[in-house]
Amino acid sequence: MSAPAVQLENVSKRYGEVLAVDRITLAIETGEVVAMLGPNGAGKTTSISLMLGTRKPTSGAARLFGMDPRDLKARSRIGVMLQESGVPGMLKVEEIVGLFGSYYPAPLTVSEAVAMAGLQEKAGSLVKDLSGGQRQRLYLALAVCGNPDVLFLDEPTVGMDVEGRRLFLQQIGEFAAKGRTVVLTTHYLEEADQLARRVIVVDRGRVIADSTPAEIKSRVAGKRITFNTSRPMGPNDFAGLSVSSHQVAAGRVRLLTNEPETVLRELFRRGIEMTQLEVAGADLEEAFVAMTHHEAAT
Amino acid sequence: MRSATAPFLPMLAKQSWAEFIKLFRVPAFSTTSIVLPAMFYAFIGLGQANQLMGPPGSVTFGEYFLASMAMYGVANVMVLGFGISVANERGQKQDLLMQSTPLPPIVFFIAKTISALAIAFMALVVLSLLAYSAGGAHLTSSQWLTLFLRSMLCSIPFVGLGFGLGYIAGPNSAPAVTNLIYLPTAFASGLFFPLNLLPPFLQNIAPYLPLYRGAQLVWDSVGAPITGGSITTDWLWMGGYTIAFFVLAIWAYRRDQGRKFN
Repeated sequence: MSAPAVQLENVSKRYGEVLAVDRITLAIETGEVVAMLGPNGAGKTTSISLMLGTRKPTSGAARLFGMDPRDLKARSRIGVMLQESGVPGMLKVEEIVGLFGSYYPAPLTVSEAVAMAGLQEKAGSLVKDLSGGQRQRLYLALAVCGNPDVLFLDEPTVGMDVEGRRLFLQQIGEFAAKGRTVVLTTHYLEEADQLARRVIVVDRGRVIADSTPAEIKSRVAGKRITFNTSRPMGPNDFAGLSVSSHQVAAGRVRLLTNEPETVLRELFRRGIEMTQLEVAGADLEEAFVAMTHHEAAT
Repeated sequence: MRSATAPFLPMLAKQSWAEFIKLFRVPAFSTTSIVLPAMFYAFIGLGQANQLMGPPGSVTFGEYFLASMAMYGVANVMVLGFGISVANERGQKQDLLMQSTPLPPIVFFIAKTISALAIAFMALVVLSLLAYSAGGAHLTSSQWLTLFLRSMLCSIPFVGLGFGLGYIAGPNSAPAVTNLIYLPTAFASGLFFPLNLLPPFLQNIAPYLPLYRGAQLVWDSVGAPITGGSITTDWLWMGGYTIAFFVLAIWAYRRDQGRKFN
């Protein structure tokens, strides 16, 4: 059996006082499309850097195709899109794509790579004249130009408009459909849902969930219950309720749950007085963040 | 079965070409690098180009100053233009993406060196054309060859210095830092005014400066008298500076990479 495409073995990464990645172990097999999902600062980018070998683990080991990620043989089989990286502004799009292609043993042609990123009309433009969205596409072209087996995308759609994001995800989907491995980080659950068959939820440097998007979605609370109460409420009041998060601030209680009816019935049974009761759909972002914090606390 | 990594030479060729056009397309770089030495030559050298520097038959000022500006020009490309461009690229985090590609760092450095040498060569050509056509610099073909060869060789230690400064200085401070270092040493090495016109303390420092040693070699190539010992001494000094500046460059590069990628 061949080695997994990407492997982290009990990897930790410490920056001074901050433990950015805390004993993560995971393996990504060839052909998988995996989203690493988590709030900002969860350790997603650091995890990717460790997989790529651009950062050294404080402890544990990272492997690409069973090799040291710094090995040029391993690097020759990956393509990477990073947050906040720069490219020379005075090269034309087709020039820099051709240049990056020359780093790889079996690259795509320049026109193939440019077409995959939807940049045909800008092929002759200087990089410095591209818009923000076009620049993201250029990064995609640079990531795929080496015809990689594994594509790493760190927050690829940040700063894109809705239409740009839709097209972009479609292009990534087409790439993945060829049996390639894709590892992307995102803080949008819908993006992960749309692309990935496996979602790894990371929070505070740890993997807190690793399963299918459907499974993750079912664990993310969909409804928000809020009410006022005159009586002080502590954690015991919420014991045994199927809520994924609870907050009490200035007499107002906020609960996130997938089963609002059951939760309310139980609260009534416990004789908790409520005024200004509201039940509403939680927005995904909020629900997701609540879930990560809840899981990390247990 | 495809090979596991890309072939070295095509990669180097493409990278060198890309580095060259990157530099060449920035007017602030290409004009100051290529035109500036010729401009100084026009301002300072042309007016008195035919004056002899010694007894009849000796080198003319036009020829002498051609050699001065040749040394000034090649080192100028390496320290100012090149050093600043390295600092700028770091400032734009271009190294972040390069780090995750299979481009071996050595290819990147060789390519950058080749591109800077190409620009330095162009600066020499422009300067020489001016000196030949307007400055009355009529060297023998072997003198021209020696002038070009020595100027280019003497630019190599400054490649190391350019890299070093580029990795030490930030993108904002790089222009100031490199100018502060380069311009005074160019004066102190006698590239603009003959050394005997400079204050004595500068005359005492001069023999320890790399531009001074390089200048001796280039002056010698056009038949101008030299000071500070034989040219063997100058070659040894230049060799020493090459090692010292490249050690500095490697140290600065590792320090920078260690900060970002550890």
